[in-house]
Amino acid sequence: MSDPQVDTTGAAAKPREDRAQYGVCAALAGLGVLLLVDAASIRHVTSSNDPLGPRPVPIVLGVLLLITAVAYAIDVWRGGVGQAEGGEDVDLGSRADWKTVGLLIVVFGASALLIQPLGWVITGSLLFWGCAYALGNEHHVRGLAFGIALALTTFYGFAIGLGVNLPAGILKGIL
Amino acid sequence: MDNLNHLIEGFGHVLTPMNLLFALIGVTVGTAVGVLPGIGPAMTVALLLPITYGLEPTQALIMFAGIFYGGMYGGSTTSILLNTPGESASVVTALEGNKMAKSGRAAQALATAAIGSFVAGTIGTALLVLVMPQVVAFAINLGSPELLAILLVAFVGASAVLGSSRVRGFAALLVGLTIGVVGIDFVTGQQRLTFGQPMLADGIDVVVVAVGIFAVGEALWVAAHLRRKAATVIPVGRPWMGREDWARSWKPWLRGTALGFPFGAIPAGGAEVPTFLSYLAERRLAKHPEEFGHGAIEGVAGPEAANNASAAGTLVPLLAIGLPTNATAAIMLSALQGWGFEPGPFLIDKQPVLVWTLVASLFVGNTMLLLLNLPLAPTWAKLLQIPRPYLYAGILFFATMGAYAVNAQPFDLFLLLALGLVGFALRRFGLPVLPLIIGVILGPLAEKHGRRSLQLSGGDLSGLIGGPVAWVCYAIIAGVILWPLIGRLLPGKRPSDRDHTPTEASA
Repeated sequence: MSDPQVDTTGAAAKPREDRAQYGVCAALAGLGVLLLVDAASIRHVTSSNDPLGPRPVPIVLGVLLLITAVAYAIDVWRGGVGQAEGGEDVDLGSRADWKTVGLLIVVFGASALLIQPLGWVITGSLLFWGCAYALGNEHHVRGLAFGIALALTTFYGFAIGLGVNLPAGILKGIL
Repeated sequence: MDNLNHLIEGFGHVLTPMNLLFALIGVTVGTAVGVLPGIGPAMTVALLLPITYGLEPTQALIMFAGIFYGGMYGGSTTSILLNTPGESASVVTALEGNKMAKSGRAAQALATAAIGSFVAGTIGTALLVLVMPQVVAFAINLGSPELLAILLVAFVGASAVLGSSRVRGFAALLVGLTIGVVGIDFVTGQQRLTFGQPMLADGIDVVVVAVGIFAVGEALWVAAHLRRKAATVIPVGRPWMGREDWARSWKPWLRGTALGFPFGAIPAGGAEVPTFLSYLAERRLAKHPEEFGHGAIEGVAGPEAANNASAAGTLVPLLAIGLPTNATAAIMLSALQGWGFEPGPFLIDKQPVLVWTLVASLFVGNTMLLLLNLPLAPTWAKLLQIPRPYLYAGILFFATMGAYAVNAQPFDLFLLLALGLVGFALRRFGLPVLPLIIGVILGPLAEKHGRRSLQLSGGDLSGLIGGPVAWVCYAIIAGVILWPLIGRLLPGKRPSDRDHTPTEASA
């Protein structure tokens, strides 16, 4: 929803109009409408020990979201810009690198699909390796080795040691 | 002194090998995540939450508190050596600390930060012991209307007082509150915002929200703007201070503590405001104000003390009322809920061992932190050399593991990704994260107290207003919301003395 053209709002960059912010206003308004529609479909139940029922809170939130969306839009229209977050590893002067972000999302989505059939050890290793690759790691073997080491350690330490829910998947019986 | 007995008993519980081990793990992990970019104490506690459901709650809480305190120590190391603060609480430290490091006084900057943190943390924890029972005595008589009002103060405080834009703060808060609505209504059993999806019926787990917003959001955001060349770390030897440094540091430590503790205890306090105030105070009081901007040690000593004291202050409302004032505390609160405790004024009565062991562990953890950080600062600085692809791949790896472990369903991972994209958008558009997290965790609680108030009054809306405590809260809320209008009506520009947030309502 954001426009790569205006994605250079850094501290150093000149304050430019950041029209992608209207997208945020729209999203907030959409969320407000969603709450109101959903609240309308809730059967209104009140009783002596719950005079309020389940509906008022979502309705109030929905209305407040709509108001906030309008106030936000006015702020943007007046030239308001949210300061993008900096950090040690963040270079706001550069353009957003959508390729890396996209690759990470793909790797992440794939892990969500694979985690149950393949199990944590395989999925976790691939996840680590894939993310490191997406982020520019050039040592593929080393990356995979780290991934396998981490996945095995966490599986034995947490799943078997502490009883955390991690699936064994196809390696069941081997691990 | 009943408290003292409890505390001594608490020490007895801490000084078992297992509990000491968890304190050590906590402070070590805390320092590490404080030093590392992209990962902070709040995210770490959230990631560890599902793992700790298998642990003794006391041990897990000791570990979390160690992470919380440790993050404050570690954050200063990056501020001083890299000029880019690891945590928002250390932003001010970078101002003078990095200048000191550049002029060859890194060792003294690190020393005054570590010793100041120790002094402030110890005094702050002692104040916690003194103040907490008073706050409990005050809070124990509060009914639902008052608690609702206090929660509303926390909402408004987190959204409107911190950060530069109020509308953005409120937007984040409302998104958080909306996430909190998802699931089965706790009174009537009706589904809200679940879209017929049974996996949403239990609501969205706080772990998934926190990990998605903090960990996945941060990793995606950094990935989009990754700095290709690493920043230079100033090499440093073992921290030490000379006689003159001690003479110049001790007063700022104490002043920083005095500022940090009360601000940590009020909603919307956090560590940012007191560290900044401490910096301003030290600059005004310094014998050589011209040194400020070129590496004045007072500018490191004061803020570093302030941020650790505020960490101690944060625990007062968390343990006494069940009110978190920053993100890490918010997640610790949901941990308490997850273990089946009801946070609030009764916690200390029902779980004295848990609370006092935790408090005692803070003294122990603080001492461990001094020993870990003073001689080992150069070693910690080496952590900054971790190649960034591995660091962020690791964060995503643990995020996936933590989110999956909550319910063992892949559906949560898609939710995690969606929330990660929300976290990305927050960072991109400069929306604050804290109001969202506060909204998710405290929203359902506020609704519960609101509905209970009306139940007590038989549906009469006046039941929401409650007694004097609630009136004060609503007056504060009105003041904060109307502040810009009042400011506009007043003639001329006044220097912004920040007196609109009254300190503690406890005394």
